Amino acid sequence: MQLTEHEKAIQAGEMGPARQRALAQQIEVGAFFDAEDFVPVTQAHVMADAESLGEPGVQFLEALAAMPADQRKVRIPTITDPRGADFKAYRRINHDPAFVELERRADAAFRALGVLMTDTCINYQTMMPPVRGEHLAMGDTGVVIYSNSVQGARTNYEGGPSALAAALTGRTPRYGFHLDERRRGTVRVEVRRRPETWTEWGALGGLVGRRMASYYEVPVIDGIDGPAPTSDDLKHFGAALASYGSTALFHMVGVTPEAPCLGAAFDGAPPPPAVIGEDDITDFLAGHGAADDALDVVVFAAPQLSLLEMERCAALLRGRQIHGDVALLVATNPENKHAADRMGLTRTMEDAGAIVLEGVCFYQMHARELGEANGWTRLMTNSAKLANIIGGYGYEPVLADMERCVDSAVAGRIV
Amino acid sequence: MATVIQGHAGIGPAVSGEVLAAADNFSARYDLDRINGVFSRPAHKLCGESYVGKVLVLNAAKGGVATAWMLREMTSRDMAPLALLLNYANPIIAQGAAFAEFPLIDRFETDITAAISTGDQVRVDPAAGTVAINGEAS
Repeated sequence: MQLTEHEKAIQAGEMGPARQRALAQQIEVGAFFDAEDFVPVTQAHVMADAESLGEPGVQFLEALAAMPADQRKVRIPTITDPRGADFKAYRRINHDPAFVELERRADAAFRALGVLMTDTCINYQTMMPPVRGEHLAMGDTGVVIYSNSVQGARTNYEGGPSALAAALTGRTPRYGFHLDERRRGTVRVEVRRRPETWTEWGALGGLVGRRMASYYEVPVIDGIDGPAPTSDDLKHFGAALASYGSTALFHMVGVTPEAPCLGAAFDGAPPPPAVIGEDDITDFLAGHGAADDALDVVVFAAPQLSLLEMERCAALLRGRQIHGDVALLVATNPENKHAADRMGLTRTMEDAGAIVLEGVCFYQMHARELGEANGWTRLMTNSAKLANIIGGYGYEPVLADMERCVDSAVAGRIV
Repeated sequence: MATVIQGHAGIGPAVSGEVLAAADNFSARYDLDRINGVFSRPAHKLCGESYVGKVLVLNAAKGGVATAWMLREMTSRDMAPLALLLNYANPIIAQGAAFAEFPLIDRFETDITAAISTGDQVRVDPAAGTVAINGEAS
């Protein structure tokens, strides 16, 4: 990789050992992906819940936090993905205090580095939507795919250590989706029936994601006509596509900025399409059902809910009572929680028996242990992403739209 | 005669060991019970198998950003694979390997999940980007 004078100075240790080690790691990754040089980035977004960090990761952060200020402070605005614990509400879900303590230590270490503890995977809705062409180092697959696809910004998947390195050096290797040539469509998908609910958008994301052979595949989705999809529609679609496919960029003809028409998304003639047929979305949802109607917990998360999703959830719960044997969890970020509090939405949901959590998601909260502590096995959600991944934590997931999830929570069984 | 398969230059030190292979994908967060060192996702072809100390051979890195921290967390507990050979790495697994100083090679000249099998003894050399079957150096 070609280095600037400034980068050579970092490499030589002139900015301290933390930045030197960060740059060295970035060069290893850059060389792996044949990056020619670094690109400065305007924001870093660090995914670092305590479950992923473990004790070794937390100790790594604490060692950084103990360094002199000029060696440890982040060089660019740096925000965080959801925590692994809601510090205010963790007792309500029987969350092991040992895990919460690990989170507190990580939180304290990040603050010492100058990181803004946003604790969100929906920063593009609530914090700072990126602009077209902006180079970033974002650390959540849903954030990456939305920023790249819906907003035309430029980022790779930057795992915690890598995003933190970018925060310390102010740059990231220029490979993957920073490059024009990597952003061209590689696969064409024709959708015959437009999704109607957030869950169906997630199902479509799963259907497309299953076809993705590698991180560099860029699907171009055609056939979404009529009114523009909403931010929440595309949030669910992208999160599921990223989860199922390890995908970082999609184009949606007539919807996303780099695909005003089909031809614009491809170099040369568009390839023949893979077709998502009339019944494929329904079949996908049917494939995520359950053998019986037992139900332990309903979870709305993955991604964190927008204010409008919270409003919908509150409207569905208003005046009703969740069954005593079922828990209903709603996860959002601190900004939306505050808004929901002052707008009365939290009160409406909690009066019905829901638990509204802030700054967390679900699968990052030591979900296996959480399930064991609460007797939760059968889990119902409207998130295709969550249904995809939560099986590995010992749950039996069922995927259905928000209305059916709420009806089931009230009935105490899957309806 | 040793069979040597060429891939892209990788990350981490050279190691030798026994293969655990499948034509399936890999995510540390979604697929593994990292406490017990086994694959835990019901749909995964290696569900129930222990990966500790094995040269893990799979197709593509999938989903999840958490793997980037998790490789080092796993190696610190001596509950990690010995190395990872993929057809397609993604940035997360490469970043995780760099952070953990963990052997990783991808982009082989052939489908690596078909070229080597569970039980094979191999030598993994990330600097050269090579895998030699039966443990002989190239």
